[in-house]
Amino acid sequence: MSFLSEALWVLLLGSLLGLELIGKVPPTLHTPLMSGANAISGITMLAALTLIIKAGNNIPLLVMGAVSLGFALFNVVGGFLVTDRMLAMFSRKSPRK
Amino acid sequence: MTFTEILKYSIDLLAVLFLALGIKGLSKVRSAREANRLAAVAMTLAVFGVLVNSLGDIGISLTAWLWIVFGSVIGACLGAITAKRVPMTAMPETVALFNGCGGMSSLLVALAVALFSNTTAQLENGLVEKISIGISVFVGAITFTGSIIAMAKLQGWLSTPPWMQSKIRHIVNIALFVLALIAFFEISIGGDRGLFLLVISSSLLGIGVTLPIGGADMPVVISLLNSYSGVAAAAAGFVVRSQLLIVAGAMVGAAGLILTQVMCNGMNRSLISVLFGGAIGVDTSSGEGTAGEYTNITSCSVEECALTLEAAERVVIVPGYGLAVAQAQHTLREVTRSLEANGINVTYAIHPVAGRMPGHMNVLLAEADVPYEQLKEMDVINPEFPATDVVLVLGANDVVNPQAKNNPSSPLYGMPVLDVQDARTVFVVKRGMSAGYSGIKNDLFELTNTSMVFGDAKKVLGDLLVELKELGIGSKG
Repeated sequence: MSFLSEALWVLLLGSLLGLELIGKVPPTLHTPLMSGANAISGITMLAALTLIIKAGNNIPLLVMGAVSLGFALFNVVGGFLVTDRMLAMFSRKSPRK
Repeated sequence: MTFTEILKYSIDLLAVLFLALGIKGLSKVRSAREANRLAAVAMTLAVFGVLVNSLGDIGISLTAWLWIVFGSVIGACLGAITAKRVPMTAMPETVALFNGCGGMSSLLVALAVALFSNTTAQLENGLVEKISIGISVFVGAITFTGSIIAMAKLQGWLSTPPWMQSKIRHIVNIALFVLALIAFFEISIGGDRGLFLLVISSSLLGIGVTLPIGGADMPVVISLLNSYSGVAAAAAGFVVRSQLLIVAGAMVGAAGLILTQVMCNGMNRSLISVLFGGAIGVDTSSGEGTAGEYTNITSCSVEECALTLEAAERVVIVPGYGLAVAQAQHTLREVTRSLEANGINVTYAIHPVAGRMPGHMNVLLAEADVPYEQLKEMDVINPEFPATDVVLVLGANDVVNPQAKNNPSSPLYGMPVLDVQDARTVFVVKRGMSAGYSGIKNDLFELTNTSMVFGDAKKVLGDLLVELKELGIGSKG
């Protein structure tokens, strides 16, 4: 039960933190911010990783874990790279180098 | 506490700190790029945390390593290739695709634990886990199917079937939701049959909710689905007992919700009307915004447009969706370069929802090397229109419709718009007289100071460039 009570506190405080973090976003950044937050939601790769590590020799678990990890990393790697591509264009404005 | 445990907790804490700073920094122009990288570092740290903990705990078998490498290499490579290759104009559907895959990942973890974990003693399967599995499957499936539908609609692979606009869809969706609830309870009391019912009903629910939503509202839906994928990740955190996953998922979920709200405000739409209203204008009689309704349209040639531009001192460009679709931002940049070379003051008026999603136009113009200082937001540029000689509207429609200010019966009424009609001359570059996203007639086109230049944005701008050259503009004035 101790995990649950701790986890619920973490959930509550994490949500409040998320609500606080984004205050006034300029419209310019709506697309990159959405894309960046999107990449972070791929954090579920940790769950996939844990699943594989704990799967032992259970083949279905290993397969589903690996597929899940693949989907998550597609989200994470793609998301961060595409966000960086967008943001690189903004920074190019300011004097080069 | 053992050393590895302390190490793992430190890594996790650092990862959470970096993630929070990353999200915070992403909402400011100056720090955004570093913030994005910081978040990426945080994610890498988090992976290390899991590995460190497992190494000290049970150790990672060779088989496990093989599967980890196999899954991650394929996923990461495909992600990197997609991110590198996709054109900037296709950003909304790309974000939707990535997001859907995140949802799918949570869904798969929950399914795997529910279906196969009883054969291994290492993952617990108590009441808390069962409820978390239910939530993870429900939200994950909605996120996946919803995002894929959103992507397909934005790509133009799918259009809204007519029956989806009818009110029956609400009944269907409510029925699916009730079905999902029943399945959810079945799972939490330990049933197995509920699982498949839950997967199917929530997948269909994701489709049923997203399919009727029109193009202009789609970015809001993607943002909301992004928030859901955070919730799905947090639920997966309960399933595999990871505090880090719970806090990160919760942060993304809450931050996504705020962003969704901010976007809705920018478009003057409530979240409820986005989700349940369907596409605006489509089910009303004003949907027929065709040429027949317009009178007193003045159209003019590219030559006339070039002559007027040459005589202007202050020019404001209003880029819109049409420009994005025609990929004409680079040609536009050349046109403005030659105008500037002639001593003409050029600025860009950026409506908050110009482009295909909020902030998308800024990205596209940035790609074409337009200086950031020349991009002006709506509130800044609106008072400047009366002192503007020429406004060039390129493929923008609803965002310059005066109805939003003058006509209380218009569905657009109340939406913040650019007051281009206050300028001396307005040129509207447009392929035909068809209506914009909202399907509403644009009063701007009938005003006496407005001239229509018909044609594809890229073609018109190319011709304009030639005309300006012939007038001796741009060759150096």
